[in-house]
Amino acid sequence: MIHVQNVSKQYGDLLAVDNISFQLNKGDVLGFLGPNGAGKTTTMRIITGYMPATKGKVYIADVDIFEDPLIAKSHIGYLPENPPLYEDMIVRDYLDFVAEIKQVPDREKNGRINYIMDKCGILDVGKRIIGHLSKGYRQRIGIAQALINDPAVLVLDEPTNGLDPKQIIEIRELIKGLSGDRTVILSTHILPEVTMICSKVVIINKGKIALEESLERLTSKMDGVENILLKTRYWGEEIQQKIISLPNVSDIRLGISNELIIQPKKGTDIREELSDLIMRNGWGLLEMRPVAHNLEEVFLRVISSEGD
Amino acid sequence: MNAVYPILKRELRSYFASPLAYVILVVFQVISALFFSLYLKGFLHLQFDPNFQLLRGELNLNNVVVIPYFDTMSIVLLFIIPLITMRLVADERKSHTAELLFTSPIKLRSIIWGKFLAALILLIIMLLLSSLNLFVLTVHGNPDMGAIFSSYLGLLLLGASFLSLGIFASSLSSSQLVAAIIAFGILLLLWLVGASSDTESSILGYISLINHFENFGKGIIELKDLAYYFSIIYIGLFLAHTALDSERWR
Ligand SMILES: Nc1ncnc2c1ncn2[C@@H]1O[C@H](COP(=O)(O)OP(=O)(O)OP(=O)(O)O)[C@@H](O)[C@H]1O
Ligand SMILES: [Mg+2]
Repeated sequence: MIHVQNVSKQYGDLLAVDNISFQLNKGDVLGFLGPNGAGKTTTMRIITGYMPATKGKVYIADVDIFEDPLIAKSHIGYLPENPPLYEDMIVRDYLDFVAEIKQVPDREKNGRINYIMDKCGILDVGKRIIGHLSKGYRQRIGIAQALINDPAVLVLDEPTNGLDPKQIIEIRELIKGLSGDRTVILSTHILPEVTMICSKVVIINKGKIALEESLERLTSKMDGVENILLKTRYWGEEIQQKIISLPNVSDIRLGISNELIIQPKKGTDIREELSDLIMRNGWGLLEMRPVAHNLEEVFLRVISSEGD
Repeated sequence: MNAVYPILKRELRSYFASPLAYVILVVFQVISALFFSLYLKGFLHLQFDPNFQLLRGELNLNNVVVIPYFDTMSIVLLFIIPLITMRLVADERKSHTAELLFTSPIKLRSIIWGKFLAALILLIIMLLLSSLNLFVLTVHGNPDMGAIFSSYLGLLLLGASFLSLGIFASSLSSSQLVAAIIAFGILLLLWLVGASSDTESSILGYISLINHFENFGKGIIELKDLAYYFSIIYIGLFLAHTALDSERWR
């Protein structure tokens, strides 16, 4: 449904997106992750046809977004980073306008607007002026606007950004409920959101893809192995060497604040051997606890190793 | 389906949703009425002048009231039109709605035409309201109706050229103030190039916005003047299109 092919984007001297490729099928929900400035918004703007790529191609339902923009764009609903709202308009008039420029046929228009307003929970503000509404409502109107033409492709740039925890859950449910057999790209900084909504993950860093994986494979990789976090008073190269030479340890590395993250071999418990080793050498055990090998950790590992 | 109409409708609604359109209409109406009464008073005084009878042929309603009135109106438009066009594109950037428009399945051309036509309708409303002034003339004599109509046509074309250049200025910035200043600068420049060489034969004289306005006041509608204004309108909208299109490539 979406085919991104070797896309790069250059802003002056800055290479914001560097040769990105991925492909999404009908019904895929992609979590698009990356630190600030990674190039998520830029990539989404290229996919939606807001700006052309410096290099590469984007196909929406097999239509090149730059060769045939009107056809490709008619398949897309897009919520930009900042919801595109006319402050001086009444909510209903605004959605009516969007429906018109998105070429929703006249006879379907009203039904469609009512349906979407209901789905997005904005029926009760239909007569209010957009500029007077709270951030949460504005975000909902932004989502409603993206859905008005019943698009096959939905591109959402940080849809839960700036909302309170209750609204975040509501919007998340909304997206989940609306995705259906749409193809969705969703960028976010909230990692649990991805586990909840998405079927696929792409992490980009400094414009490059650092990881591309289906959520299923990602979680199966993470399952079963529980890493151990270790902090000792004394600290030196030999500690790492001695630990890695333990029979059941498969990997060891430094965590973010200089603690050791130890990965045991699958199905083994190394806590006892480990504490014995530390006692014997008098290293001074400060902390030892299992750490969940979650998406957050994957994310941090992927973006820090790319940074080197 | 064409997107010109929805864009036009939204822009017009937006003009009248804020005080801007009303303020502009009122200000334009008050200023035009003031100048009109000034010129008319001058004409009425003239009639008591002993020399008036001698110059009767020259000092008619048309030369003393109508022509100066339309000249003044053209200058008033030079100041007011940047205020009408400043928000048209700049504001789409500021409110992030440019992203909605440019990712919708519509042509950039339709967006620009919709905006231009909305502003043109506001301009027509302004001119129609101000035409009430001229009814007074029929009380004081027999004004040359042909000259009045052609003057209005001239004013409309001049105003439409200003609008088109104003839209271009607005497409260069995300700040309304900057857009208004650029528009005013462009208009003033195109106005003044004529003042330095007031013959139409020179190139600068030909470019000048005002040189082409004079004939309309005399009741003369010439093809070259029409062609000139239509070209300016086209060039302004074309430049706006180019500016918006090329911006996305940067
Ligand atoms: N219009 C622009 N002109 C110049 N540089 C830009 C422009 N837009 C973005 N950039 C730069 O491109 C890089 C990628 O920006 P982008 O907005 O795509 O990041 P992002 O992943 O969406 O970040 P965030 O998580 O903060 O939203 C950044 O370094 C940014 O400064
Ligand atoms: Mg972003």
